[in-house]
Amino acid sequence: MTGGYILQQLVSGLVLGSVYALIAVGFSMIYGIVRLINFAHGDVLMVGAFAAFGVLTVLNLPLWAALVAVLAVGAVLAMVIDLVAFRPQRSAPQVNGFITSLGVSILLQNLGVLLLTGQPRPFNLPDWLRANIDVLGARMTVLEAVTVCLTVVILLALVALVRGTRMGVAMRAAAENPMAAQLMGIRLNRAIATAFATGGALAAIAGVLWAGRAGQIDPLMGLVPGLKAFVAAVIGGVGSLAGAVMGGYVLGLAEVLFVGLLPPEYGAYRDAFVFGLLILILLVLPNGLLGRAAEERA
Amino acid sequence: MSLGNHHLAWGAIAVTLAGFVWFAEAELSGFGRTVVGFAGIYAMLAVSLSFSNGLTGLFSLGHPAFMLVGGYVSAILTFPASRKGFMLPALPEWLADVEWPLFPATLAGALAATVVALVAGFPVLRLRGHYLAVATLGLIIILRVVVNNADGLTRGALGLNGIPRHTDLWWVLGWLAVTLLVCWRLKHSSVGRSLMAVRENEMAAACMGVNRARARLAAFALGAFFAGAAGALWAHLLTNLTPGSFGIMLAFMLVVMVVIGGSGSLVGAALAAIVITLAAEFLRPLEQALAVYGLVPILVAVLLIATLLLRPHGFFGSAEPRFLRPAAAPSPGAGDLPQPEAQENPR
Repeated sequence: MTGGYILQQLVSGLVLGSVYALIAVGFSMIYGIVRLINFAHGDVLMVGAFAAFGVLTVLNLPLWAALVAVLAVGAVLAMVIDLVAFRPQRSAPQVNGFITSLGVSILLQNLGVLLLTGQPRPFNLPDWLRANIDVLGARMTVLEAVTVCLTVVILLALVALVRGTRMGVAMRAAAENPMAAQLMGIRLNRAIATAFATGGALAAIAGVLWAGRAGQIDPLMGLVPGLKAFVAAVIGGVGSLAGAVMGGYVLGLAEVLFVGLLPPEYGAYRDAFVFGLLILILLVLPNGLLGRAAEERA
Repeated sequence: MSLGNHHLAWGAIAVTLAGFVWFAEAELSGFGRTVVGFAGIYAMLAVSLSFSNGLTGLFSLGHPAFMLVGGYVSAILTFPASRKGFMLPALPEWLADVEWPLFPATLAGALAATVVALVAGFPVLRLRGHYLAVATLGLIIILRVVVNNADGLTRGALGLNGIPRHTDLWWVLGWLAVTLLVCWRLKHSSVGRSLMAVRENEMAAACMGVNRARARLAAFALGAFFAGAAGALWAHLLTNLTPGSFGIMLAFMLVVMVVIGGSGSLVGAALAAIVITLAAEFLRPLEQALAVYGLVPILVAVLLIATLLLRPHGFFGSAEPRFLRPAAAPSPGAGDLPQPEAQENPR
């Protein structure tokens, strides 16, 4: 096992981790503000990938148009889901929100099957994204390099949004204490809608990157990345944005190294490894790397 | 103990169901009996899930994982020994020759599922509800990956077919009755009370001396036991098993049944399970004729969301229909019999 091989694995882990980080950060943002495990997050990713497919392949428009469309579709879809399914039951027990999101997820998947059939379709980004380049001795495609850079840019923009804008302050206040935030004149529903829109847009972009790697899309593609983003968010500490990013990279690296460094016959156990890791993390580090201990009151 | 009206009601239900099963076994086609059998198995699953989730306020999606365990364990035990050699070459010697009847195999499957639940539940149950939901989804995926890859024991993703069709409707009815009886008795016992106390207010329950982790683990394991048994019945009804059948869609269907029936209501869950299974079965030909695949799940998902928005506690809440419950103790002077004066409750 040479240094070059390990470097190659690390690069793959970094790329995969970037995608997980993008999904997990939106997921964690929504959890932080409404305490909702949004199971439908992965399906927003799927819709984002299909939106890109529609714009690129069906309408034959350029890539930048696809990106704009994907961001808009993801944000609007997530806001609509919040408005229709979650907002009417803000005061219901937390678990109701989770069950609702499960229903929304099944609904989106099967609407996809109904309207677009369950057959996988080839998903091709423009050729220049699929060219190979050398970075520091590791081979990667342009898409992979773009994935890493785009993630960094998006995460920096997110930090600017959350730290630097009034809406960001409102969102953080609402996550800290919704009641007090409301008393301070913060429009809670608007802050929550913004969190959904941001998370949805990030998931949709991640969907394009995910589909670009896989080379195909189908209506059920959102399940696995959605669940893995949850694992990433738990590793980092659910509700913590920095934790979600860190968890995404840790999970991406761990997954790639698990497959890359063990004998090939273990490769099939990749998904089992990820969820085994989840159970292990819950056992030894229930609040994740950066999460706060949940207070318990009578 | 004298017979109350609720005993009569239960008796009438039992007689009606037994009569129906007798009719179905005699008159219905093989397909019809399979559909009825599935309705019964789904009822059993929904009742046990309503018990383990509804009473404790936990949210487990793990039933398909436990069904998978119960199904495969029992199928390996009942599989014809003559065909094990080439179908399942990796079986150890002591398993390769056995050919058990249905009941002990079902029991073994149920116990295996219980063990899995205890092992997996121990770390996860100390945490709050939604972690359990995703961890049990993870369990579904882990077990599916294991079954897919252990093809010498399970035939992997190909699925195990040629399982003897041992399950008839009497077995389904019997297991459904046992599930309902055990869950019902536990729900209306001190165990059920402590579970509900944990659900309503964890800390208060702990202060009253309820061991939270143990109460939850017990409920979770009991649910897994019946899910394992249901998996075994399923395997011997359908005569084949594929790991893909025990996925998130199945978990979702069970959750829908529990939510619509009313989380914690056993009779509600059973009714919802039977109605939804039969309705889905009637809609399936329509789905195929119109080539609108995905219609049934869409309707079910819409039904779920509508229920949560309009009637969040389902049809029965966590209660049972009144005519099936013992009547409240008659107030003094209300009955024909003279009431003992202000007697202390002996407990």
